[in-house]
Amino acid sequence: MNKESLYDYILTIADNCLILGQRLGELCGHGPSLETDIAGTNISLDLIGQTRSFYQYAADIEGKGKTEDDIAFLRLEKDYKNCLLVEQPNDHFGYVIGRQYLWDTFYLLFLNELQNSSDETLSAIAKKGIKEVSYHRRFSGDWVKRLGDGSEESHLKMQEVVNGLWPYVDELFDMTGVSKELIKQGIAVDLSKLRETYFKQVSALLEEATLEVPERKYFVYGGKKGVHSEYFGYLLSDLQYMQRTYPNMTW
Amino acid sequence: MTKDSNIKRSKAIGKHLHFNSSYIEPNIDPHLREILQKVSDPEIPVLTVLDLGVIREAIEIDNVIHIKLTPTYSGCPAMDVLGDDLKTVFSTIGKEVEVKLVLSPAWSTDWISEEGLQKMEAYGIARPLSESLDKEALIGNARVVKCTNCGSRNTKKISQFGSTACKALFQCEDCQEPFDYFKCLK
Ligand SMILES: [Zn+2]
Repeated sequence: MNKESLYDYILTIADNCLILGQRLGELCGHGPSLETDIAGTNISLDLIGQTRSFYQYAADIEGKGKTEDDIAFLRLEKDYKNCLLVEQPNDHFGYVIGRQYLWDTFYLLFLNELQNSSDETLSAIAKKGIKEVSYHRRFSGDWVKRLGDGSEESHLKMQEVVNGLWPYVDELFDMTGVSKELIKQGIAVDLSKLRETYFKQVSALLEEATLEVPERKYFVYGGKKGVHSEYFGYLLSDLQYMQRTYPNMTW
Repeated sequence: MTKDSNIKRSKAIGKHLHFNSSYIEPNIDPHLREILQKVSDPEIPVLTVLDLGVIREAIEIDNVIHIKLTPTYSGCPAMDVLGDDLKTVFSTIGKEVEVKLVLSPAWSTDWISEEGLQKMEAYGIARPLSESLDKEALIGNARVVKCTNCGSRNTKKISQFGSTACKALFQCEDCQEPFDYFKCLK
């Protein structure tokens, strides 16, 4: 097995969890209601927890004595391999929920496959994650329905959110960072196999939420190659601030 | 997992029969039990690590205690604290501790002992229901969670997410008290 490609592969999964966890963390104390505030931070905590398991494993594999914190805090923008969807700004609550639902649906399908990975550690992290992410998707899906099928204004805003985030969903299935060798060995998940189910599930929920499924066929890619949107630099400067300003500081 | 140990376990937890759960009896040196009882969950101090079922193995080899710990939730901050607390408590008897995190099989609320569940209720946190009732309570808004204050089941969900990752927030419609419910995790 090629260590380097496994290391890269773990980051293409875990960076999504870190960045979305960071985005949700921004809302701590700023949620529109107590319930949604707590939900956001709880989901963030689960994602950061999963990130830690992935990064600890990645650090082990790399074998250069780095820690999970080095991987989280001390890389350059182009070295983060998360997809563009998860770095999109919170904007308003509809965006938080829409982004979450579009991610949760993918991530749950993904973990369901990853639990069958021939790599024991990845399989174990996936099994643990499935329990948590099922809760997340239930929460975000319920809210998409509530807002989509809610008042005239919430409906309009939610449709705007879906249209606005839609260009980013196809990147979830982009195979950048997933080597054919890893798929052959049964370690990595073949993302292209998840696409059909994903769009079926998302379309069904959007319809239930009385929202239109965008017909747009043009999608944006780049995050997985390290080419991020403008929002990313700001997010990263928040995330890395303490370690960059006071190297090696601990709480 | 042997069927026998599963049945033994099922008897021990009374009506909570879970033949298909991935429960495996932990491997704990009997002489370590007493001191392990001194380490509690920092968030729910009435529960010891043994009540919670997070210690999967504790064995002593050449004066070093080797512990395998399975986290409840991936991001649960209590797990880091538990690791430190284990080291502290064993250092008082001059033993070193090596803690290893084990993720698989994943922790389940079935692993909480009956004694632990009772302590949890007395502490004011409703015990996890079966998987199907849990869903009805959290999604269907069914009134099935028992109020820890007055015992009524006339309770409603306030928030699917609670003060910690493992809990949801409920309120009793009879005595009006809000209380935590420990979510079923399987
Ligand atoms: Zn009551």
